[in-house]
Amino acid sequence: MDHLSRLENTSIHIFREAYNSFERMCMLWSVGKDSTVLLWLARKAFFGHVPFPLLHIDTSFKIPEMIAYRDRLAKEWSLDIRYAMNEEAIENKQTFPDGAVDRITCCKLLKTQPLSDMLKGVGRRYKFNHEKSKYDVDPSSEPFDGVVVGLRADEEGSRSKERYFSPRGIANDWDVGAQPPEFWNQFNTDFPPDTHVRIHPLLDWTEVNIWEYIEREKIPTVSLYYDQGAGTRYRSLGCANCTLPVTSEAKNPNDIIIELKDGVFSKVAERAGRAQDEEGGGGLEKLRKDGYM
Amino acid sequence: MNLVVVGHVDHGKSTVVGRLLADTDSLPEGKLERVRQQCERSGKRLEYAFLLDALSDEQDQGITIDVARIFFNSKDRQYIIIDAPGHIEFLKNMITGASHAEAAVLVIDADEGIKENSLRHGYMLSLLGVESVIVLVNKMDLVGYDQASFERLRSEYEKYLKSVGISAKNFIPVSGIEGEGIASFSNKLSWFKGPTLLAALDALPRRGLEEKEALRMFVQDVYKFTEGGDDRRIVAGTIDSGTIRVGDPLVFFPSGKRSRVKSIEAFAEDPPSARSRGEAVGITLDEQIFVRRGELITRAEDPRPFVSSKFRCSLFWLGETPMVTNREYILRVGTARVTVRLARIERLIDAGSLSQDASGEDVARNMVAECVMQTTSAVAFDPISFSQSSARFVIVDDFRICGGGIIREGIEDAQSALRQQAYRREEKWIHSSVSASERAERFGQRPVLVLVTGEPQADRKQFGKALEAHLFSEGAMTYFMGIGNIIYGLDSDIEGAESADKEHIRRLAEVANMMLNAGLIFVVSAALISQADIQLIRQFVGVSRVRSVWLGDAVTNDLQCDALVDSIESGVEEVRAMLLQDGFLDA
Repeated sequence: MDHLSRLENTSIHIFREAYNSFERMCMLWSVGKDSTVLLWLARKAFFGHVPFPLLHIDTSFKIPEMIAYRDRLAKEWSLDIRYAMNEEAIENKQTFPDGAVDRITCCKLLKTQPLSDMLKGVGRRYKFNHEKSKYDVDPSSEPFDGVVVGLRADEEGSRSKERYFSPRGIANDWDVGAQPPEFWNQFNTDFPPDTHVRIHPLLDWTEVNIWEYIEREKIPTVSLYYDQGAGTRYRSLGCANCTLPVTSEAKNPNDIIIELKDGVFSKVAERAGRAQDEEGGGGLEKLRKDGYM
Repeated sequence: MNLVVVGHVDHGKSTVVGRLLADTDSLPEGKLERVRQQCERSGKRLEYAFLLDALSDEQDQGITIDVARIFFNSKDRQYIIIDAPGHIEFLKNMITGASHAEAAVLVIDADEGIKENSLRHGYMLSLLGVESVIVLVNKMDLVGYDQASFERLRSEYEKYLKSVGISAKNFIPVSGIEGEGIASFSNKLSWFKGPTLLAALDALPRRGLEEKEALRMFVQDVYKFTEGGDDRRIVAGTIDSGTIRVGDPLVFFPSGKRSRVKSIEAFAEDPPSARSRGEAVGITLDEQIFVRRGELITRAEDPRPFVSSKFRCSLFWLGETPMVTNREYILRVGTARVTVRLARIERLIDAGSLSQDASGEDVARNMVAECVMQTTSAVAFDPISFSQSSARFVIVDDFRICGGGIIREGIEDAQSALRQQAYRREEKWIHSSVSASERAERFGQRPVLVLVTGEPQADRKQFGKALEAHLFSEGAMTYFMGIGNIIYGLDSDIEGAESADKEHIRRLAEVANMMLNAGLIFVVSAALISQADIQLIRQFVGVSRVRSVWLGDAVTNDLQCDALVDSIESGVEEVRAMLLQDGFLDA
């Protein structure tokens, strides 16, 4: 079995283990390449079905193509998709750069906060109505006890310390030193009331593996990842204000794989274009201890 | 290939890995430079370890707290390096890392020599079943690259590894700080004729699939996704060993149920005809037998796994409070999950000392014990001498995995002989051509045995009859029997005989099995029935096809009842609701 197939099989095993363990499981779908690979793996694990809701956090600053792509796949693959947004913070301009807050605070308010609310089942969320092809207010306010997240260990230091199944405290926090052990293919699927578990099927995948898999499986991805003729593309997708495109003429997954393996990006970190990581020194690590993905 | 780097604290594990990355040009641009500047600012020498110890807590303390994954490619393969902490406090993290590795690099300080965790980690690698081990004698610069020092350490440690059942692939003298022996050698180690670490890694073999490998796959789940008119019933799992092919006759343990592979299911590709070890698969079956998570699948021609509620094992404990005898814990073997007690400690081992033997009444944190475990219901497993994956277990306590171990041997329990009878019956059973699912569809119900028991003065018979009559009036196919019907009929030859108790139960179970195969809802009233009796009945008729009902105020024996009812009138309705809820009756 080749390396990519090993990764695929392990991820599917983790998915199935999670689906069996949690009564109310969901998956975060940012529509980026990683969580879209995750979505594909879910369809493989469950033989064409996605038997749980996909959650999307809309910051209102996402690049418009991302939202269009999200809704297209929702229809084509008949996905149960729900999104939430911190409407209050956006209205009060507690945002960066047009508001009075820095990048880290903006991330906390627009991402960590609605994510935490959504998992707990508080606040308003919207659900895609397949009959009307639009979003309605989600009448259910069920909390989730298991959330599948597409983070990868190679993204940055603190993510490399994650477990496949990572229990989170009541405050959605992460205590790195106190993580329970996880051996062989046994995971921490038991959890006390009022806490939840994050599941990371892609932990062992690298950025190159993701693109190799997209190429091998022909997974549809958002066009922003490819050069449309202007000589730039996005390597990592986030909010428009804090994510910068990179100079590149890669037009398809195969071009990207070559570029990542031997080209200009073979030694440049993927999140180099994400401004919030640098701010304040160890910014992402601090964000993550408080519940950021 | 997954690789773990282990060894005593400060013996230079992270430095070795940092150097491996730097020397093979695997670091992101500017990372080495940034760490160099950081070190200069704080007046420290450049530590390659800082490249890995990413969390700020760790840089402050200079130790690795948790497992970090590092990705790295040689010319030949892709590696995921798991850098495990050497500090005893973080043994759980070392084990987490090592249990996911196919190969281990064990680092020993040439100057300091073998320390507590050099021993402990060596021992744990053996328990965890890491296939290949490379030993690095690090910090050779501190002993002047002296060959005699290296050889001394090598022979001492080699002897120890042998004693725990490990034969290391290589012993390599290196200096992580000076970069000797990692990706290349200078003339400082010209006396050493072996490979560099990098070359030794690339030469590690990978276990191939053997021709006659027995099939082992735990049922992970059974799916029936109906959306879009999907009517497949898919048994999913990941193959632990062997190969599964369309048409293979399968046996499920502990139930002993048999069926044949009808298809192997897959998404976005043509249906495959075979799948092998390591693959996450889904199969459909010819005969719709009832199987569920936790059963171990084998082929009919494979050696059977051991099925018992008792086994001897080597256990390592990581819980904050010691593991004690006669307290309930949760045990997981494969996907099976049962309640377990530590029945007996036979030997305690302090894996961090050469003498190893320790004394104590319980298994304290970071200790290893050879012991006997007793589960409340039987599980299927293999001894470690037969298979790795189906011999491994973990112990869960207070919502966390707190320990784990490997099964050395199964021990026969009180039901072993009866279990063998049941397996033989399954093997020889002549199946009718009307399937269970066809019957279920015709009758609008799925068969179940409802066992009514309760307080001595409670009218169990009356309740059983009332339940039968009520279900029958609603159209269900049902049949009631008092236990006396069996005792004075089928059992008349053994009535009053010694040791007849168990035989009564076995015969009741056989009768129930036939009634259930006929598709009926079978109601039996009986005097006090114990938990052991229920286990036995479940063994014969299938764990999920039995519901027990207690009539009376409170359960007065050890029975774990599915329903507790206090009167006939309300009880009939409650049991009916339970049968509906559990899917035995159609709504």
